[in-house]
Amino acid sequence: MTVIWKTAATLGALTFSAAAQAEDFAWFEGDKLVLTNGVSTIEGASGGGLASWATIAGRELENGVGISGHATIVELSDYGWQSHGVSVGIANRVELSYARQNFDTRDVGAALRIGKGYKLNQDVYSAKVRLFGDLVYGDPLVPQVSVGVQHKRNLDGPIAALVGAGSDEGTDYTLSATKLFLSHSVLASATVRLTNANQNGLLGFGNASGKGKSVEFEGSLAYQLSRRFVLGAEYRTKPDNLGLGEEDWFDLFAAYAVTDNVTVTGAYVDLGSIATFENQRGTFLSAQIAF
Amino acid sequence: MVVSIIAALLMQQVPEENVDWDKEFGVEERVRDPETGEFPVDPYTQSNDNAGAKPFSSDSLAREFGEQEGIRRIADRLVEVSKEDPRISEIFVSHDMVRLKRTLFEQFCYILNAGCDYTGRDMKTAHTDMGLRKADLNALVENLQFVMREQGIAFAAQNRLLSKLAPMSYDLIER
Repeated sequence: MTVIWKTAATLGALTFSAAAQAEDFAWFEGDKLVLTNGVSTIEGASGGGLASWATIAGRELENGVGISGHATIVELSDYGWQSHGVSVGIANRVELSYARQNFDTRDVGAALRIGKGYKLNQDVYSAKVRLFGDLVYGDPLVPQVSVGVQHKRNLDGPIAALVGAGSDEGTDYTLSATKLFLSHSVLASATVRLTNANQNGLLGFGNASGKGKSVEFEGSLAYQLSRRFVLGAEYRTKPDNLGLGEEDWFDLFAAYAVTDNVTVTGAYVDLGSIATFENQRGTFLSAQIAF
Repeated sequence: MVVSIIAALLMQQVPEENVDWDKEFGVEERVRDPETGEFPVDPYTQSNDNAGAKPFSSDSLAREFGEQEGIRRIADRLVEVSKEDPRISEIFVSHDMVRLKRTLFEQFCYILNAGCDYTGRDMKTAHTDMGLRKADLNALVENLQFVMREQGIAFAAQNRLLSKLAPMSYDLIER
């Protein structure tokens, strides 16, 4: 675990110093093509909304540093979600991000006897490194490929233990491939995630009998209607470590770049069953500002 | 001290008039071809392969772009807009805009299957020592998108042309 963080930090520092040595070093210049930094996922890493992509946050390129911030709300049948975070992109190579997730249990909190409106909170610290490839340029059959690590710290350990989770912190590993197929105006992305997070970690990690990590999939397919407007769908599989009938996630989204720096994303999401309360569907709204 | 400087200045010889300074410093004057209006270039082998992409097999996209007339407008405007774009205008200084407009038109026309041959140099040679970065390419792509939008080209058709240009990127970028 620490090894990975040290590697990511060292790589970030190395990339940063290499970029900083370039004579035309660019702070927040915004050189990326609009939307090619993706939007912020609920975990803070750049991607489509629910699914991670191989993109690097911020609008910087090889010779600069970029930054982005976001806030997201999701209104579900029985729950409310709010998250926000910040990402730094270094030389379009390394992405470091932080997100805070706040999950409002509303009336379900009373039913579960943890208190009406009890909020489950979690911190997510992520790092992503682009290995090779470019989202737009180069061989049309070679995607941009990135590896990522997401360390999640659930701030409500006792609740996680109560529902049968084995731990209140966990680390996900991701491998993503993303490409914009210009000939069809289609963006396709696929990610495999090694995880033992229950409901993204908000219900802890693994279970009491020590259930390990499993390989999960997240995919996005999007159509570019214009430079600034994209419509798409996402699917994300999840483990059911707690035996509470946890289900896969699905969404239909529209992302619009209001300006080169501001992107708003609206989506219809179906998060399935959450803590035995079924059919958690609703509206996802997110705003991102990036430089 | 001051007096001696003034004396030295006064003693300077006036340069002779009618000196060909270009000749004195070995500067070769480039003369535009009276017919094409282009500066001469070193000889190279002409081939459609130099265009850097296979053309579309159907001519439907050529129609969407307004055939040769529409494609020429896009190539001309792209050069004009980019020349005035502070992000990349420096790259165009000392380049032959007449030739660039023609070869760019030929390249687009050939790729879009609108009935042209490409007579320019290959992408790598044509962009040697320009020191292009991805940011310059992105600026050019944005300008091309702007110009195509200006000419009313549908977005999906814009992307299809870009799909032929994007794979060339690594022949253009040097740093």
